[in-house]
Amino acid sequence: MRKVFDFHGGIHPTENKHQSVRTPIADAGIPPELIIPLSQHIGAPARPLVAIGERVLKGQMIAEALGFVSVPVHAPTSGTIHAIEDRLIAHPSGYLAPCIVITTDGQDEWEAHSGVLNYRTLETADLISIIRNAGIAGMGGAGFPSAVKLSVKADTPIETLIINGTECEPYITADDALMREQAFEIIEGTKILQQIIGPKSTLIGVEDNKPEGIAALCAAAQGTNIEIVTFPTKYPSGGEKQLVEILTGQQVPSGGLPSEVGVVCQNIGSTVAIFDAVVKGRPLISRVTTVTGESVREPQNFEVLIGTPVQYLIDKAGYQSEKNNRLIMGGPMMGFTIPDTGVPIVKTTNCVLAPSEAELSTPPPAQACIRCGMCAEVCPASLLPQQMFWFAQGKEFEKLEEHNLFDCIECGACSFACPSNIPLVQYYRASKSEILQLRHDHEIAEQSRIRFEARQQRLEQAEQEKEAKRAARKIAAQQRAEAAQESGAEDPIQAAIDRAKIKKAEQQQDGAGDESELHKLEKAIASTAKRLTTATTKLEQAQAEGSDLVGALQTGVDKTREKMAVAKQALNDYQQHLDTRSAEQRPADAAQSAIERAMQARTTEAALSPQEKARVDLKKLQNRLKKTQATLLQSHQNAEEAKVIEALESTVARLTEKINALQPLLNTAEDA
Amino acid sequence: MALMRLTSPHAHGPMSTQRVMQSVLLATIPGIIVLTHFFGFGTLVNILWGSIVALACEALALKLRRRPLGFYLKDYSALVTAVLLCIALPPYAPWWLIAVGIASSILLAKHLYGGLGYNPFNPAMVGYVILLISFPIQMTAWAPPRGLGELPGFMEALQACFTPSAYDAITMATPMDLLKQNNSLLIKDLWGQYPQFGRWSGRGWEWANIAFLAGGVWLLYQRIFTWHAPVAMLVTLGLLAAIFYDGGSSASGGSPLFHLLGGATMFGAFFIVTDPVSSAVSLRGRLIFGGLIGVLIYTIRIEGNYPDSVAFAVLIMNFAAPFIDYYTQPRTYGHRKKRAGE
Ligand code: SF4
Ligand code: SF4
Repeated sequence: MRKVFDFHGGIHPTENKHQSVRTPIADAGIPPELIIPLSQHIGAPARPLVAIGERVLKGQMIAEALGFVSVPVHAPTSGTIHAIEDRLIAHPSGYLAPCIVITTDGQDEWEAHSGVLNYRTLETADLISIIRNAGIAGMGGAGFPSAVKLSVKADTPIETLIINGTECEPYITADDALMREQAFEIIEGTKILQQIIGPKSTLIGVEDNKPEGIAALCAAAQGTNIEIVTFPTKYPSGGEKQLVEILTGQQVPSGGLPSEVGVVCQNIGSTVAIFDAVVKGRPLISRVTTVTGESVREPQNFEVLIGTPVQYLIDKAGYQSEKNNRLIMGGPMMGFTIPDTGVPIVKTTNCVLAPSEAELSTPPPAQACIRCGMCAEVCPASLLPQQMFWFAQGKEFEKLEEHNLFDCIECGACSFACPSNIPLVQYYRASKSEILQLRHDHEIAEQSRIRFEARQQRLEQAEQEKEAKRAARKIAAQQRAEAAQESGAEDPIQAAIDRAKIKKAEQQQDGAGDESELHKLEKAIASTAKRLTTATTKLEQAQAEGSDLVGALQTGVDKTREKMAVAKQALNDYQQHLDTRSAEQRPADAAQSAIERAMQARTTEAALSPQEKARVDLKKLQNRLKKTQATLLQSHQNAEEAKVIEALESTVARLTEKINALQPLLNTAEDA
Repeated sequence: MALMRLTSPHAHGPMSTQRVMQSVLLATIPGIIVLTHFFGFGTLVNILWGSIVALACEALALKLRRRPLGFYLKDYSALVTAVLLCIALPPYAPWWLIAVGIASSILLAKHLYGGLGYNPFNPAMVGYVILLISFPIQMTAWAPPRGLGELPGFMEALQACFTPSAYDAITMATPMDLLKQNNSLLIKDLWGQYPQFGRWSGRGWEWANIAFLAGGVWLLYQRIFTWHAPVAMLVTLGLLAAIFYDGGSSASGGSPLFHLLGGATMFGAFFIVTDPVSSAVSLRGRLIFGGLIGVLIYTIRIEGNYPDSVAFAVLIMNFAAPFIDYYTQPRTYGHRKKRAGE
């Protein structure tokens, strides 16, 4: 027997599991309509591949994954696409989300598909891509895409593969039913996982309250190196972090992933789905869901098509609405109430619980905290719930974070144990989201502050440059005046040389500016990258814990990604701009060519009649006007500062004026 | 019917604050019976009168603070305070003494600090100490145990309470006093000289202690509190008594059994030290909290001027509880370091 470890705290709620395992898993059948959310898991939603009115076959991919942390969606049965629209979905905050609605045709006609019986011949990458394409996401908890979990970095050695068959939540028996009836598939699926990960040891952890399931697994695992490890029943031993501690004695570092202690965890349900995908070529289109509680006549497990409306499913179990006042998706400890029986079953729905009022009564009003410490005694994260409650009431967010609020896995053990009926978890959830919101706001404020400061700096720099230019021009003018005095007349060649010199000096200054600008952009990219990594690890952690914050974190990550792209683009543009500019104006040559142009101009000018001179002048002015207008337009598009635009506008006005002044002169000259 | 939206967890354990308080009340019954057996109806009358005053004070305080009466009265906390204080008071205490004590407990020590859960000091012990300092004579007048004098009947007990001037109180030094005042007799001779001593400790007292111990063990079994604070207190007290027993000379501090089964030891260990509100919260913290109370009890019993010292020891440690809590925070899962104190 392998040594198992204990974790701090834990509770023993009434299990109520026997009700739903008296009969084998039943087929829930095909409902008239399936509502399939495009996002049933953490990560980006899938993108629809079908059009309204299109006929789809069972197993056909109807929406594709968008990005790494995303999984595709398949048609659970054959039928026609009725709509692609927002529907009410099962979510703790009960909101609308894009769904594909299929009107089923009852024929259950499969798309051509085939599996690989001898999966040993497949490469790891192929296996992972099969798993990804089959749309497999964690089937308990937050629904983290399995393929992502399996793509561990090469430099993290995985010692232990843990298959989580704990199912510690009261009432739920979906995994238990799988163990009893599909032990072979579980073991084969586990072998596929072994092949992908190559762990030293493979453990299937099961609480000792499932003797039949354990016996079936042990029989199926005979002759393999997969170990079935049982341990005393205690909630929440099925929490990923707790299970890792039970089986390895190690704790997953705060904010980290199990892989940091050499562990990868997968759910029992996922092993079966992986087996189906690899060996049978069957994507994840159905799952086992427990329907139980005193408000259904026949509590049992069902094989349910993804997208089946809850109403259809609970009716199969003999739902008595008059007895029931709340429907819980998930178990009584961590499940959430659903707003409506029309919401669909999704890949993570392991249970629909329809309790009677006597069974799970409405909580009485909370009393004062008597500091009995019962909450701290049961907390599996070794937190001090009563202190956190105190700080949460006073909105002392710093203190809350000091007390490691974010290590709370929201298991509900503290609320369960609290004699004063204080809804502790509710306080923690609210505080967490408030803190995240504050952080978000703070970040935005910080960004705009940085932007403001950068702008301020830019303005100052521009001002300084202008000042320098002015000074240089002044000197140049003096020099010019002196030169003119010496030669008696202004020498355009000398002037051109001077101007070119000044310009060169200015460009050098600009160059310095370029460098700092470049540096700034690079720095921005680096900091965005850093933020992205922290955000991603946080997200992964949240996903691993199945925390509610996943959605918020995901948007955070997405936003940071976007920002990253923007920053990179900016850097790119800027570099290109620098390149073209330096190609255009090689300072040394510029001076030379300016001198040449000036010389040429003088020779031509000397040979010109006044009319011709006027015409040339006019052309020059018109050219300048055109250029200025173009710049002005561009500045408008780039939304440059008002000052710049103003200056450009006044230039345009001046030039137009001059042209207008020249025009009559030219006309009269021509008339004459 | 519209579906209810509630957040998890949806299940709740069997424990409730009412149940905690009721259990504590129930657990005092054996001790009260033994006290009544040895010292007559005085304690019972104390409790009856004290409870009435306590409920009235609680109702008054709730009314002044505009809190719903029924909801808060139902938590039984006022009753618990009253019963605990009245057990600690000498039997046949006059009505005003009890009233002053209870009012101090409920109004001063509890509601002035914000009510149940917010009081840093154990309300019953605050009431006790206020009385002890203000009315030392009444507070040290203990009736002799059964067999050493006539035990008053119930009516006499009532009379002692409500018309104290008409009641001729018979009192006797408690064994704790005798031991403290003794400086010439060997322990063995002391035992022989005074009939107040019993087999291991004070006559009657030892049985009362055993009864409170039984009640405490039952509470432990009911998981009303954890063993840490009471056991730590009893262990340090016993250890110190063993160290300074010195075989029973005239300077002896008394045997470990004398201390463990004497005075308010067991009552304090299981009914006062375990008060959740004013004690340390973490398990390690409770060990320290209880252990230090044991040390203080022994020290004050031997060196102090008061007959028994549980109340002082507890109040002093109530001061220290927040610090103990601060330095004994548990290490959170997945963290290497403890949060504080290093
Ligand atoms: S269990 Fe409830 S009453 Fe007891 S300390 Fe925790 S929050 Fe307070
Ligand atoms: S919900 Fe959080 S604080 Fe409460 S017991 Fe679970 S981990 Fe601890």
